[in-house]
Amino acid sequence: MAPELGQYALVLAILVATVQAIVPQIGAYRRDAAWMGVAPVAARAQFLLVLFAFGCLMTSFIASDFSVVNVFENSHSLKPLIYKISGVWGNHEGSLLLWILILTLFGAAVAQFGQNLPPTLQARVLSVQAMIGVGFLAFILFTSNPFARLDPAPFEGAGLNPLLQDPALAIHPPFLYLGYVGLSVAFSFAVAALIEGRVDPAWARWVRPWTLAAWCCLTAGIALGSYWAYYELGWGGWWFWDPVENASFMPWLAATALLHSSIVVEKRDALKSWTVLLAILAFSLSLLGTFLVRSGVLNSVHAFASDPARGVFILAFLVFVVGGSLTLYAIRAPSLKGGGLFRPISREGTLVLNNLLLSTACFTVLLGTLYPLFLDAVAEEKVSVGPPYFNAVFVPLMTPLIAALAIGPMLAWKRGDLAGVMGRLKFVAAIAVLVGLGMAWYAWNVMPLAVLGFALVAWLALGVVREWAERVRLFRWDIVDSWRRATGLPRASYGMSMAHLGVALTVFGITASEAWQEEKQVFMRPGDVQTVSDFELTFVGAERLPGPNYSALAGTFAVTRNGQPVTILQPEARTFTNPPMETTEAAIRTTLAGDLYTVVGEGDGQGGYAVRLYYKPMVIWIWLGTLAMMIGGMISLSDRRHRIGAPARKQADTAGRDRDSGALAAAGAGD
Amino acid sequence: MRPKRQRLLIVITGLVFIGAAIGFALFALNEELDVFRSPSQVADEGFPEGKRFRVGGLVEDGSVSSAGIVTTFRVTDGANSLTISYNKILPDLFREGQGVIALGTLNAGGTFEAQEVLAKHDENYMPPEVADALKKSGHFKPEGGDS
Repeated sequence: MAPELGQYALVLAILVATVQAIVPQIGAYRRDAAWMGVAPVAARAQFLLVLFAFGCLMTSFIASDFSVVNVFENSHSLKPLIYKISGVWGNHEGSLLLWILILTLFGAAVAQFGQNLPPTLQARVLSVQAMIGVGFLAFILFTSNPFARLDPAPFEGAGLNPLLQDPALAIHPPFLYLGYVGLSVAFSFAVAALIEGRVDPAWARWVRPWTLAAWCCLTAGIALGSYWAYYELGWGGWWFWDPVENASFMPWLAATALLHSSIVVEKRDALKSWTVLLAILAFSLSLLGTFLVRSGVLNSVHAFASDPARGVFILAFLVFVVGGSLTLYAIRAPSLKGGGLFRPISREGTLVLNNLLLSTACFTVLLGTLYPLFLDAVAEEKVSVGPPYFNAVFVPLMTPLIAALAIGPMLAWKRGDLAGVMGRLKFVAAIAVLVGLGMAWYAWNVMPLAVLGFALVAWLALGVVREWAERVRLFRWDIVDSWRRATGLPRASYGMSMAHLGVALTVFGITASEAWQEEKQVFMRPGDVQTVSDFELTFVGAERLPGPNYSALAGTFAVTRNGQPVTILQPEARTFTNPPMETTEAAIRTTLAGDLYTVVGEGDGQGGYAVRLYYKPMVIWIWLGTLAMMIGGMISLSDRRHRIGAPARKQADTAGRDRDSGALAAAGAGD
Repeated sequence: MRPKRQRLLIVITGLVFIGAAIGFALFALNEELDVFRSPSQVADEGFPEGKRFRVGGLVEDGSVSSAGIVTTFRVTDGANSLTISYNKILPDLFREGQGVIALGTLNAGGTFEAQEVLAKHDENYMPPEVADALKKSGHFKPEGGDS
């Protein structure tokens, strides 16, 4: 019963979405309040219908109703409940349904929190949002029905890919989708603004919280995926430049650029058409990612289905959305009037640099991801683009970005005084150079790039602290005054410092773990000892153990340091039967100073086992850094100015803000 | 004049910058690209010694032997085969008859020294390159190889 109801709900949802796409658009054109009023109601109805359908699918999964093809193929009655639930989105059809659920959730949120938007803008935003909804609902109904039935119903399901049976991966797709789909709001706002022909600071203020929220979720999703790859795939790597990872990284780079350029629109009324273009591109890259992952063009653990019909549908949709919005952009962008002027050396100037570097980085990732597909199609030459390419292009792009990151926030708007800022940063620069020299002495023969990496980390981290100290006038006046200023700083400014510190931490983790990683792949017999870093690992032995739905080969290592016992590590190699598969469960001892990472492999039948031992210094800082970026984003989101719905108090607020920023500017800061 | 000049300056800087970046990226792409060769192609055309490339095929039955951590095996596309040696732990799904892809270089003796061996996560999965190479040599059996 539930699957049929779910199916009905989806059919109703596509009808509602069609109405929502057309009626408010006409209403906005004719300034007809009643027609525009359809939009928020329809958006809520659409969300409730899709939520109901999603609930129906989840019910089928929890009840292990194997008469539903999707449940049969992806679930098993013996699976733990959490993986029955995550199985809902651990497959092509279900993940699409989650995609649409989040899309309609954002639509309903715009209806709920956007009550203070100008009515025509809100109607147009919701209409564009519904057009995307129609496309995806048609996709799911015509090519990927999650509710298709099986007759006769089998007794047992095929099970979920064991690699996906993992807590981090159970929540990784929802976060990623919140990020991907969250960018649809920025896209809808951009398209609506182009239709209206008006982009102003208020528009940027309305778009910013949605972009921030999407960016935070995308950051969390990517970090979770990378951490999962680190501990689950058993290779010790945390980023493989796999096309599927790139598919999520490109929208992230574009969204990061968008976050920064929208600041310029909000504060200075400049860079408007570029920001609108970025908003369109960021969501287009999300769609491209969905296409690459879902169409089966790329083969990977994510490619649930390789059905040409689906690929063609998403490609057609992609062409329609990207082509349509870019055409609209080409027609309308010239009419967007340029706003505030600025010198190249200014806050705006550094934000332009930030955008140039981020979008170029995004483009190089796109190039590396699509080039093999392109070459295969034209020349039938199979090639692959691996980490060496991405490392070669990313280091020269990220170096100036990080170097400018410490300077940018200290420059004034409009016309900055670079010499003055460098003067104030001279201690920071001196320390960074010292760190670089120290590292050159200590690490040049290990990895010359580490010298650059650590110097940049020191420069950025201290630069962020210096900028904050300047704002609160630390040590200049009395401490009480500094405290008053510190508590008076807007949260957005703390969010920025936090996120930028996060970048420093992540670069620190990457540099340290790449430079001083130790790796051993050896054969060990019980009693053998290997030394990794300053740990001695004694191989105690390995045995077969039964698990709930697998059997495991479990190895045991006794770890000591200077003869003192540290811990026992028990990596496993698991063999699953439903579906038949083998996975590696690394045993990791994680500390802030570094991870000891062990993997056990095949035996030779005579008591010897192939093992992989790694020591990865500071590797956890990579994810602590991304966590800091995400928290920074959330702090910024909680700023009074960015609170969704805050534009209601636009009039009163503008006056207040001007007074605030006036006071801050007088204090030599200005946010 | 000023706003136009400013915009022009930004656009030109941007274009120069992106142009340079694209040039560099294409250069890096050319340098770092790993091409794929089937065992037959290697047998017929050879491949420069010491240059990195990828080779793939099915692991030949009875060809796997190991000495400690070093494993030696042959990959075949049915027509020709190539000896590969690998000194790390093989992936979970590596076994005889399975489609694999190896990344590495040919040494002077004509053995392929792999830096990386990939066998995919799904046991029905066959890397598309391998499926293609098998089709070309006429040894493709779809029952083992649909993805």
